[in-house]
Amino acid sequence: MDCSPVKTAILGGWAKHKLNSTPDPSVCVVALQVAMESAALNFVNTTLNWVTLALDAPAARAVVFGVHIGGHLFVEVLLLVVILFLLSQKSYKPPKRPLTKKEIDELCDEWVPESLTPPITEEMQSEPPVLESAAGPHAIVNGKEVVNFASANYLGFIGHEKLRDSCTFALEKYGVGSCGPRGFYGTIDVHLDCEAKIANFLGTTDSILYSYGLSTMFSAIPCFCKKGDIIVVDEGVHWGIQNGLYLSRSTIVYFKHNDMESLEKTLEKITAKNQRAKKLRRYIVVEAVYQNSGQIAPLDKIIKLKEKYRFRVLLDESNSIGVLGHSGRGLTEYCRVPIEKIDIVTASMGHALATEGGFCTGSARVIDHQRLSSSGYVFSASLPPYLASAAITAIDVLEQNPDLTSKLKENIAILWKGLSDVQGLSIASNPESPIVFLRLEKSTGSVKGDLQLLEDLANRALKEASVFVVVSKRSTVDKCPLPVGIRMFVSAAHSECDLLKACSSLKKVAGVVLKDHICA
Amino acid sequence: MITIPYLTALSTYFSYGLLFAFGQFRDFFRKIFDWWQASNLQGYAPICLGLEDFYIRRLYLRIQDCFGRPIASAPDAWFDVVERYSNDNNKTLKRTEKISRCLNLGSYNYLGFAAADEYCTPRVIDSLNRFSASTCSTRVDGGTTTLHKELEECVANFVGKPAAVVFGMGYVTNSAILPVIIGKGGLIISDSLNHNSIVNGARGSGATIRVFQHNTPPHLEKVLREHIAEGQPRTHRPWKKIIVVVEGIYSMEGEICKLPEIVAICKKYKAYVYLDEAHSIGAVGKTGRGVCELLGVDTADVDIMMGTFTKSFGSCGGYIAGSKELIQYLKYTCPAHLYATSISPPAAQQIISSIKVILGEDGSSRGAQKLSKIRENSNFFRSELQKMGFEVLGDNDSPVMPIMLYNPAKIPAFSRECLKQNVAVVTVAFPATPLLLARARICISASHTKEDLLKALEVISQVGDMVGIKYFPAEPMKQLQHQHQQPGKDTIKSE
Repeated sequence: MDCSPVKTAILGGWAKHKLNSTPDPSVCVVALQVAMESAALNFVNTTLNWVTLALDAPAARAVVFGVHIGGHLFVEVLLLVVILFLLSQKSYKPPKRPLTKKEIDELCDEWVPESLTPPITEEMQSEPPVLESAAGPHAIVNGKEVVNFASANYLGFIGHEKLRDSCTFALEKYGVGSCGPRGFYGTIDVHLDCEAKIANFLGTTDSILYSYGLSTMFSAIPCFCKKGDIIVVDEGVHWGIQNGLYLSRSTIVYFKHNDMESLEKTLEKITAKNQRAKKLRRYIVVEAVYQNSGQIAPLDKIIKLKEKYRFRVLLDESNSIGVLGHSGRGLTEYCRVPIEKIDIVTASMGHALATEGGFCTGSARVIDHQRLSSSGYVFSASLPPYLASAAITAIDVLEQNPDLTSKLKENIAILWKGLSDVQGLSIASNPESPIVFLRLEKSTGSVKGDLQLLEDLANRALKEASVFVVVSKRSTVDKCPLPVGIRMFVSAAHSECDLLKACSSLKKVAGVVLKDHICA
Repeated sequence: MITIPYLTALSTYFSYGLLFAFGQFRDFFRKIFDWWQASNLQGYAPICLGLEDFYIRRLYLRIQDCFGRPIASAPDAWFDVVERYSNDNNKTLKRTEKISRCLNLGSYNYLGFAAADEYCTPRVIDSLNRFSASTCSTRVDGGTTTLHKELEECVANFVGKPAAVVFGMGYVTNSAILPVIIGKGGLIISDSLNHNSIVNGARGSGATIRVFQHNTPPHLEKVLREHIAEGQPRTHRPWKKIIVVVEGIYSMEGEICKLPEIVAICKKYKAYVYLDEAHSIGAVGKTGRGVCELLGVDTADVDIMMGTFTKSFGSCGGYIAGSKELIQYLKYTCPAHLYATSISPPAAQQIISSIKVILGEDGSSRGAQKLSKIRENSNFFRSELQKMGFEVLGDNDSPVMPIMLYNPAKIPAFSRECLKQNVAVVTVAFPATPLLLARARICISASHTKEDLLKALEVISQVGDMVGIKYFPAEPMKQLQHQHQQPGKDTIKSE
């Protein structure tokens, strides 16, 4: 700072003052301050000059690898050394003490496992009735002939001679088993023919055969639904679907059984929650005719909802193939919905088609994907060829005799009329469904009590009236919340007197067994 | 252990890398191409995401004609393979009417019951006429016939357990049993190479799953000790029960399980043993009763014995054998028993008849002949292959023999060349095996005659030379009556 003119001015003033000897205090003070300041300034200037000289001196200049070292570098190096020291210090960890061998031995000795199965109770020991003949509309149980309502033989194909002939031919040509999975020489030409036939019959591009009805759903679902996808499913679906959903690890949301409003609310809620859902796949899973209750799903409403909210539909048509629709093509024909709108249709062939196994049908992309990633298809032996040829024959017979479905409808109507006034039991299924589901009007209060009562009823019906009906049973791993009841499977091969006999016997037996439980 | 030669490993990695790079390249062009075309998904997410089927679209489709070959006759020792052709570079394959008669080295036909049999087939047709092809009903409803009861007794006797229950499919047997006998709070320890059905069943049960090194009893002991001492994860409560799941013969390795040691360890630590004898029942053992008979293990020590009827009995279905309480409990709760259609009556009759033949109860000695034939055949074939210098896995007496291929290009080469010479083999690659360890799997049957085996050996040797899979030095040609094993080759087999 150059204050020399000020200095000279003030020094001049001071000098004048001294010379004039007139006391001027402010000027004196200011002059004193200025003198001090200047002295300090001089001092700082001289030290700085000295330090700069010292540092600029050739001896102190260091050029390391061509990099000029300044003074700040020493400080930085010091800081770095401190950081390294701190890092090298071990952090505090409480000492780990793993279990010694002796302790592990003791623990292993002390541990007592549960028994493999829980103790066997009374109800676990009951055995089902043993048939001594084919499970047709009339079967022989314990030497007596009974009217059989326990087989899902909807079109009466059990014992049909055309099926028998084609099975015999296939058995003589191919033997019984197929001895390999589909990928390793287990694909026999009847499998390919059967798949083509099913696709043709239902009007889709392609279909895939599974060797067991139950495994169809629980192999198809994990193929397309992975972790993170959303599945909306009816709460009354059967165990195969529940297991498939569990194995897929997706998010599962249940809606009330066959209640379209509940479905709409659920879809609304889910769509509102997940806006950024570009890669998220969303599915609705329903059955056409529910195994657990006999209700029929209203497919047209479901399709409207599906298109509104952009979900895909997976339909299980096990109990509706060959039954619903005027030519037996299932729920899509019944509700007049084109089958292309359903993404995946699965069905078990062990019901109307009277063979074993299952199939899945849909667009070509869907089916091709399953051929390599469906675990029940890839890792399991294929369907025995005689069963596949039985399926082909069954579809042939159905195509040639479409009146079988109308006969079945008539039989269902007769049974409905007859059972509508049974005391203590009410029909809980749809009037068009081939499964007639009878529920207790007044429940005993517990599932076990209900089951006991119904079992009693069924046993009496078998023994006294020679009518074979069954109670719907639940496994411990089944999560379905619907009530249990008596299930009757109507067949097109039942004659009218069979049905009337069944109605009257049930009325009689129910009157005896349920007399304490009849509503006033 | 499989010791893969260093150079082969390098070349296999390189091949896969090349295929992967090509696949990505093509996918990139496909994405650009699709971007130009309007998508017709209209707001739906694609049903199969692009990455999930990359392997299928770019690698598997190239060799699709080696898998899923349709046949037009029974899967006996010789069968008719339907020829297929493709117009679009293997994307779709079309059937033709032409068939070629080939030697069958791929089907699971261990005792030769695959085709129509003189004792079994008339009885099967009888039961078809009596009971029809299906009962259309579950076992607890109206699906239990006298045939089913007879079958369960027969199976229980054959296996050596007090009771048995039979299901219509082997895969479902595993998947539906494990969730019923063990649940949350239990521990399942399974072999690392167990079959997919066991993995599915274990996952469906909700129990904690741990894996032990393939066929290594000391490691199993270590895992057991660790887990019993630690208890359940996070809460450290003691486990409710522990089940150890092993298989009799591992289908991809051909090895026999070390059952005596495993059973001893499980007894010591009070764990339950679940033995899956899908491939070994009927095929090994002096009277065909499986690994327990072969290795001298008392069947009472194995708690749950499971098996399938597809392989040695020429039928379909699976069974579980155990104590009477276990079977009663299963019949009460197992979903496969309560909800699935019962096993088809003709198939049940086939099983009963084939068991009778094996035990000699049909009045002839065909059963004993078949059993000794398959043992002879497998040992002969295996030793001959090893003499030629192939790397063959598996133990003595096991009818399954995998031949290592490694390189992805050798898989279709081996398969197609063998088919040209009328020998049908099965080749397995990722994902059924680890990525590097692709192999060809041979299944020997009791219905193969000596001439069949010699022809097969000749063809395989020729093709092996052409493709270059003789990884070990060949031994000088000894006489072909050599029956027993070379001592030096023991190091190659499982250990």
